[in-house]
Amino acid sequence: MKLALFGAVVLAAEVVKLPTGRADLAAGRKLYENQCALCHGQTGEGGRGPVLTKPRFARAADDAALVRVIEHGIGGTEMLGAHSMSEREIRQTAAYARTLGRVAIKPVPGNAARGAELYRTKGGCAGCHDAGFTAPALQGVGSRRSAVYLREALLTPESAVPDGYLLVTAVPRSGGNVTGVRVNEDSFSIQVRDASGKVHSYWKSELAELRKQRGVSPMPSYRGTFSEDELTDVVAYLASLKDSE
Amino acid sequence: MRLLLFLTPVLLAQVNVPYERILNADAEPGSWLTYSRNYSGQRYSPLDQIHTGNVSKLRVAWMNQANETETVQASPIVADGVMFITKPPNIVEALDAKTGRVLWTYRREIGNDFRGCCGRVNRGVAILGDTVYYGSIDAHLVALNANTGAVRWDVVMADPKVGFSGTGAPLVVKDKVIAGIAGGEFGVRGFIDAYDAKTGKRAWRFYTIPDKGEPGAETWAGESYKTGAATTWVTGVYDPETDTLLWGTGNPGPDWNGDGRKGDNLYSSSLVALDPSTGKLKWHFQYTPHDVNDWDSTQTPILADGVVGGQKRKLVVLANRNGFYYSIDRVSGKFVAGRPFVKQTWASGLDESGRPMRLPNTTPTEAGVLLYPSLGGGSNWYASTFSPQTGLYYVNAKEEGAYYIKGAAEFKAGSFFNGGGQRPNKAEQPWGAVRALDVVTGEMKWEYRLHVPSHAGLMTTAGGLVFGSNGTSFFALDASKGDLLWRFEAGGGIVANPITYKVDGKQYVAISARHVLLVFGVE
Repeated sequence: MKLALFGAVVLAAEVVKLPTGRADLAAGRKLYENQCALCHGQTGEGGRGPVLTKPRFARAADDAALVRVIEHGIGGTEMLGAHSMSEREIRQTAAYARTLGRVAIKPVPGNAARGAELYRTKGGCAGCHDAGFTAPALQGVGSRRSAVYLREALLTPESAVPDGYLLVTAVPRSGGNVTGVRVNEDSFSIQVRDASGKVHSYWKSELAELRKQRGVSPMPSYRGTFSEDELTDVVAYLASLKDSE
Repeated sequence: MRLLLFLTPVLLAQVNVPYERILNADAEPGSWLTYSRNYSGQRYSPLDQIHTGNVSKLRVAWMNQANETETVQASPIVADGVMFITKPPNIVEALDAKTGRVLWTYRREIGNDFRGCCGRVNRGVAILGDTVYYGSIDAHLVALNANTGAVRWDVVMADPKVGFSGTGAPLVVKDKVIAGIAGGEFGVRGFIDAYDAKTGKRAWRFYTIPDKGEPGAETWAGESYKTGAATTWVTGVYDPETDTLLWGTGNPGPDWNGDGRKGDNLYSSSLVALDPSTGKLKWHFQYTPHDVNDWDSTQTPILADGVVGGQKRKLVVLANRNGFYYSIDRVSGKFVAGRPFVKQTWASGLDESGRPMRLPNTTPTEAGVLLYPSLGGGSNWYASTFSPQTGLYYVNAKEEGAYYIKGAAEFKAGSFFNGGGQRPNKAEQPWGAVRALDVVTGEMKWEYRLHVPSHAGLMTTAGGLVFGSNGTSFFALDASKGDLLWRFEAGGGIVANPITYKVDGKQYVAISARHVLLVFGVE
């Protein structure tokens, strides 16, 4: 046991040297484009996953941490571990990911303060998102999603339904339908949170019907609601909601 | 009470399981003397005190916790009122099977040499006489006094530094302890070993990959046989009628990049039939020739008899990770019947010899190719079960596809040697089902759908029940119809096989959930 603890300490202090050769970076680029770009964007511009065109990564302060993040993913997030990569491939990918930061970051245009105002007033976003009952909380969304992604989410919400988020309608045999967000589910029971925040728990055997609305978002499209400028401002506001680093 | 206290230690000091008891395990249905209860691999118990009519009254009798959060995956052995389990990180424990009280604990240090692909997991011990046998996570085989936990002998099976580890329960046959080995993700060369139960001296080793010049060596290009994996990490079965050991083998290495190992890659992803006295190969059946999808065939095969074309045949059956169900004549090793038991998109079917006919464009690519089943397979190492009462084979089936990715594969001893992997198919939700199949043809009779795929084993009993798990739930189904009769929320992921046993006239059912062993009885 003591030995194991000692080993862990040594690992944590390990200094990782990433490869710098042209062939390694080319291999890393290929791996990145095949396995990372789907979420982080072809050139690290972000998307479903955070922007990588920056000199420092929030979750990977040094190269050892970056290698760990690529290998194991980040628990509790959509970032998966690359269990399919060899140790060398992980380092090649990490090395390439570091080069993405050499591109200057384009500031997100728009007026974030005005966006915040629109979020609370005209958009009526806070009613769902700040209560967090039926809509995902948006703290740190600017760290996780790119501006392009956020804009698309405002225009076509169904394109940006997060993993695990599901709108369901439970129809008990005893009557009284409940529509809300699925909190948990297994083969035997389901828990549904309604718009008031109340959690309803049902045995599946009690339900006459369970309607799952996959890919459906309760959020309205803001196309037409917001002007082009307003949309830019709301995106600027959302992009400013960063995790504390 | 005083009398009981006085008597109990005397009774507990009498664990003694000679080979004849294991051979005739059906004569004492209250015991669980070998990995699958008896040699058939059926994981069927003749106990019927818990049955379809009273299973709804099943309640927790006792629990045993591990101090580590890794999953307890052991299938317990129960003999003479004592239960023997293994726990992470490298522990064997003897418990009073009635009360759950600990009788002894054997702890083994794991050096820094340990690699291991998939956590410090272990699936149980074997017993012979008054000795318990443990294939340790650091690839030793250890013999322990069943009554005290004292070490009788300790031999090195293989070098943990290069990736070998012990995860499967050994199997005792006659006077030998048969042990498989894990490490298929490290480019090792797999084997099955037999050790003298008394002394620990190795009696034979069967390499699952032939050496240069041996039959089958031509199925490996160049020197690729040296790093071809084909490990043997789940317990096999023994057929006393034909005196044959039947053991499944794992994927060839590197898993997803077959460029350097052109050929069928015998005997990877296969079933091998060995003479248990000598380790000589009698026959083999390869389920997935030149596997590039990590479809180990290590799961415990099942010996069952079936009627084929009006004739009774001795079969060995298996729902394979590659998505197909197979029944094979266990005397000749010849294919009898087979069909997919889950969605599969990689083969057009099985030919007359049982060889899959791989479709074009179904090998992993750098960008990823979507195939069914995923690398986790249509099923995996966890036990299937066969009930002689219903004549049905039950499997935890997994419906999931994945993008198979090909990567570079460079061998370095002790490092992962994978050559790729998989990316989940986010467009679809994977799901699972307990499926009851015709034992000869694999035709589905019924299914009980599961919200997510299960990673746990099944057991049938003469009480007309199938016990299974899904996520954190343990449940019982009616074996003839698949109706849900009982369920229990265990609060921790179940990645283990259930067993059942009887002490003092009372039947218990045991399953591990995450780091807790749960034992149930009817109140």
